[in-house]
Amino acid sequence: MQHVEKHPILSVESLRKVYGAGAGAVEAIGNLDFTVARNELICIVGPSGAGKTTFLRCLSGLLAPTSGQVVLEGKKVEGPPEGMAVVLQEYSRSLYPWMTVYDNVELPLKAKGLPAGERRTAVTEALGAVGLSSSTKAYPWQLSGGMQQRVAIARAIAYRPKILVMDEPFAAVDAQTRAELEDLVRDLWQRLGVTVLFVTHDIDESVYLGQRVLVLSSAPTFIMEEVRIGLPDERDQLSTRALPEFARLRTQVYELIQQAKLVTYRTERPVAGEAVSHSV
Amino acid sequence: MKTGKLSAWLFVTLAVPAVILALWTLLAELTESLYWPSPLAIARVFPKAWLDGRMTEDVLPSLVRLALGYLCALAIGIAVGLVVGSVRRLRLAVEPVFEFFRAIPPPVLVPIMMLIAGIGDGMKISVIAFGCVWPILINTVEGVRGIDGVQIDTARSYSLRRRQRLLNVTIPSAAPKIFVGARQSLAIGLIMMVISEMFAASNGLGYNIVQFQRLFQLKEMWSGIILLGIIGVAANAIFKLVEKRCLRWYLGMQSQER
Ligand SMILES: Nc1ncnc2c1ncn2[C@@H]1O[C@H](COP(=O)(O)OP(=O)(O)O)[C@@H](O)[C@H]1O
Ligand SMILES: [Mg+2]
Repeated sequence: MQHVEKHPILSVESLRKVYGAGAGAVEAIGNLDFTVARNELICIVGPSGAGKTTFLRCLSGLLAPTSGQVVLEGKKVEGPPEGMAVVLQEYSRSLYPWMTVYDNVELPLKAKGLPAGERRTAVTEALGAVGLSSSTKAYPWQLSGGMQQRVAIARAIAYRPKILVMDEPFAAVDAQTRAELEDLVRDLWQRLGVTVLFVTHDIDESVYLGQRVLVLSSAPTFIMEEVRIGLPDERDQLSTRALPEFARLRTQVYELIQQAKLVTYRTERPVAGEAVSHSV
Repeated sequence: MKTGKLSAWLFVTLAVPAVILALWTLLAELTESLYWPSPLAIARVFPKAWLDGRMTEDVLPSLVRLALGYLCALAIGIAVGLVVGSVRRLRLAVEPVFEFFRAIPPPVLVPIMMLIAGIGDGMKISVIAFGCVWPILINTVEGVRGIDGVQIDTARSYSLRRRQRLLNVTIPSAAPKIFVGARQSLAIGLIMMVISEMFAASNGLGYNIVQFQRLFQLKEMWSGIILLGIIGVAANAIFKLVEKRCLRWYLGMQSQER
């Protein structure tokens, strides 16, 4: 089932995360094991509460896993890695309200130590790419939800990450904006040659965006299935979604998610005294 | 239209003070009480009481001590507050102590500080600073503690350096709370300025008000009280100006939410 790349940019190895200890412990991630190839656009889809955010926090070095590890470009992730940019699920709270749009995008570049001239170019380009050239002096709270999301994306791409990680980024915007932002992500991915890991609970979105979709079970999470998306690279909201292959794939993922809700999983390395079992 | 609005605003703000002044004048003129001189009489003694040298020899030293004490309290309160607010264990350990110190009415410290620091400017500045520091400190701690976890995660995920995190995230995020504390402290500072001069001093606003009272120069005494009021209003206006500049984003965001 696992698709193993020769030179993966990212490999997730037997990752497990349990919140708390004792009777109140919550096993969010049972066992995750997969790799991502360079320049891949991979979608991770799972029911809400599956542990997607938990996984991303482990991946991005914000949270220490209980066991297992994440390796990015050959280096074990132990804190926030340099070459990664994360767009958090709560994007509007992730923008600093005391800074203008421009300053928000620029701040991480200062941390990176980029000289002023390069910073200006990078910020201007990134804001242009997401269609916000005219809002650079606005404050985030003066913008609509969709525009705030664009700022968060601009901040991420201005950072020039090797890998861009997004957590349900379009869950809170309207359908029209969502379609635009989906196309923006694919466009940026193709133009910038960046690896994208896109987490969503939306089945159609995962099929439309991804080259590969990982379907997660409900918590404690493991990978139910890996679905290759054989759609053409040039995608379009109307024609791609009308393809019979699109319909087949979304049905496949849908059925997997339905199953995912029923499956409970016991980790391979159980707590003492607990039997290993898979039950459906 | 515009002048109409302005005059309406002037009328609303000035109406009540005007009525109070008129009533006061009327009562004072009718009763001719020694203790309640009329505003006109007070205004008449004002220039001689304050503008003939006392501005530079008394009012200015008072204001300098207030400014120094207040600025010390700001620097110490914010610096310590930032540290305590960022370290959970430290905060839990020292917060009750802060609350205790805040609960002590600061004027009682004057006699003690006189023993420790004498009766010079140092004592007065220390007393002002000591009275002002607690609200600033406690509110800074509160502000730092209340920073949105998502904002911290963002700073971490982009590997902001300690200095950048402090200047661009922690301080701005805590700023609205810091200003709440600073505003409370400003009122305390004014009180401490006067009280420290009433106990032991050879100059200052508070010293002069007590002197006038002892010499039974009640009109002059009243003029000093009114001068204090004016200073208080002016200090508040300056504070508001600074706040408006520093918290423009916060005030804008709030008016947006409404
Ligand atoms: N900080 C936490 N402490 C304890 N349990 C948590 C914490 N964060 C998430 N969980 C639990 O872990 C599970 C997965 O949550 P999450 O990763 O947010 O899922 P998703 O992002 O897929 O909706 C949920 O059951 C949730 O209640
Ligand atoms: Mg989530």
